[in-house]
Amino acid sequence: MYSYTEFDDAFLAERNRQFRAQVERRIDGALTEDEFKPLRLMNGLYLQLHAYMLRVAIPYGTLNSGQMRQLAMIAERWDKGYGHFTTRQNIQYNWPKLRDVPDMLDALAEVGMHAIQTSGNTIRNVTADHFAGAAADEVADPRPVAELLRQWSTDHPEFQFLPRKFKIAVTGAEADRAVIRAHDIGLQLVQQDGEIGFRVIVGGGLGRTPMIGKVIREFLPKADLLPYAEAIVHVYNQLGRRDNKYKARIKITVHENGIDTIREMVEARFDQIRGEFPGADQALLTELEAAFAAPDFAAKPLGAYDTAYRADPVFRSWVDTNVAAHRAEGYGIVTISLKAHGATPGDASADQMRLMADLAERYGHNELRISHEQNVILPHVHRADLPVIHAELQRAGLGTANVGLASDIIACPGMDYCALATARSIPIAQQIAERIDDLKIEHEVGALKIKISGCINACGHHHVGHIGILGLDRAGVENYQITLGGDGSETAAIGERAGPGFSYDAIVPAIERLILAYLELRDGAEETFLQAYRRLGPAPFKAALYPEQEKAHAA
Amino acid sequence: MARRFTPKVVTANALLDGDVVYLTADDHWTRDHTKAELIEDEAHAAIRLLDAQARQSEIVGAYLADATAGPDGPEPVHFREAFRTRGPSNYAHGKQVEPS
Ligand code: HEM
Ligand code: SF4
Repeated sequence: MYSYTEFDDAFLAERNRQFRAQVERRIDGALTEDEFKPLRLMNGLYLQLHAYMLRVAIPYGTLNSGQMRQLAMIAERWDKGYGHFTTRQNIQYNWPKLRDVPDMLDALAEVGMHAIQTSGNTIRNVTADHFAGAAADEVADPRPVAELLRQWSTDHPEFQFLPRKFKIAVTGAEADRAVIRAHDIGLQLVQQDGEIGFRVIVGGGLGRTPMIGKVIREFLPKADLLPYAEAIVHVYNQLGRRDNKYKARIKITVHENGIDTIREMVEARFDQIRGEFPGADQALLTELEAAFAAPDFAAKPLGAYDTAYRADPVFRSWVDTNVAAHRAEGYGIVTISLKAHGATPGDASADQMRLMADLAERYGHNELRISHEQNVILPHVHRADLPVIHAELQRAGLGTANVGLASDIIACPGMDYCALATARSIPIAQQIAERIDDLKIEHEVGALKIKISGCINACGHHHVGHIGILGLDRAGVENYQITLGGDGSETAAIGERAGPGFSYDAIVPAIERLILAYLELRDGAEETFLQAYRRLGPAPFKAALYPEQEKAHAA
Repeated sequence: MARRFTPKVVTANALLDGDVVYLTADDHWTRDHTKAELIEDEAHAAIRLLDAQARQSEIVGAYLADATAGPDGPEPVHFREAFRTRGPSNYAHGKQVEPS
């Protein structure tokens, strides 16, 4: 893993010292809120409905056991004993007090973490495939590249006041686990004639105008990444609409100017500045690749694992849903579900964080990951250790076998926390998960992604949910709109609106009708919800959602 | 005819702990919606908002929220404001468990 250099440590210490002074000046009245707000946002401090919120970056979702323990300590000491992991591989604390925030930032700096550029019109936390460095299907580990991008973009003078926020995601595999097509820049490491490079995608984004990113360069040699990325951000900085916040993201710039024009401008700028990158970045990248080198994988007998797998159906079910293929012989990638039925998606208590840190230390080469699906991953676990890991997770309420299934729901904080929300999302997720558990149909239904946002900003990725739910305020009442057929993977698609919205009390039964209808409609257990939707189109699903209309038609 | 004015309260978040607060008739910040000043006149509401906004060292983000008279004092109208009087629905945190 990357560890901070002296330069990084000094930079953070200085930033934290400045922010501490800014907080003091706000409290003693020397700074007005208008002056202070941009400063606190630059340091990840938001004001939500009931309290402040501190958003801490977990770059490319990677952290070690010591960092996870520190996150637990912070949750206990300055918050209410838990943290919320988000779709952008951040952790949010929902109850910090203004005076405590500088201490929280210092505590983060002790373990090489921070909240910088988790807000504002800057290049945000660079996200990556949470299976990076472990996945069996990977061309190369995307994290060295993500770290290179982080160092290049952090405090980059040209890019502190972009037209709007800017999000980059990187993956090393064809299977897209990082939703790269819904990012301002999506990078996929690919191999062409034995050479490693990138497929570069631009202009994806969700929010009020969802767009799937477009390929701007089919193959970019690896060494050209920074000049090319800089060229993209430069062109965006020039063309991006600063006159209208809702048209300011690069997705609109690409949409309005056309990908071909953007490509020409980017290539021209790229030719101009390429010489300014004489290779220092590549030397750094080589160092980073060494820092992210895979751990020494061990060989162990699998007898006990095989016995447990055969004998214990609960363990078997958990392995089948929560453990993914690892590139090393005998190893697996464990996804720890933060979606126990009825729990708040993405929340972990301080005790749970500590247990996960301990397991990573004892059985997982000290590494943890946060996924954009709001779960925690132990990327390098030998299968021989799975029975004991599973037993410990179960004791802590972390053993739910539902990864990728209907109750593995992404939900944004919604109106339980977020000041921008138009409706709640968390209780909808809780109720759907409980209902699915009561019906005992989860494993029969199979792969299904339900994603919920509490307003049009789409932090809960509802546009790319197989079933998306968007909470709105209709004449002073919560109302939930359903979209169908969205997909955040390599076959990305934006979901289509199914019809009129549902009230708070009617949305969970509506989702239940939809899932039961799918079970009737599918062409055997092998056909997933998304495949069935693609084969049949929306009509039979709408019929299940709106039975009265069907009756009216028939009459 | 002029549009009827919906009564308002002035609300904000406390600077230090972020908790939801309301302006009282005697110029205090209360954490209890029912103790807020219910403002029935549009011009007076504008003045009270300015009063509140001048108190930068105490609060953040003052605004006017619709309210209505209830048996124990002003009550929120919109569900967002109702949530702000209680706290989140997923945990017993915030005002619903903290004495104001
Ligand atoms: C309370 C704090 C939050 C605020 C104020 C906030 C605000 C916003 C806004 C305004 C947008 C729309 C941006 C645009 O289209 O220009 C947005 C998008 C987004 N936010 Fe949040 N958000 C919050 C919490 C979260 C959380 C908790 C997550 C993760 C669970 C998240 C992840 C995202 C994602 C993934 C998008 C859409 C992708 C895109 O940028 O196009 N946000 N957010
Ligand atoms: S989608 Fe809306 S409600 Fe949900 S976190 Fe984002 S801004 Fe808040």
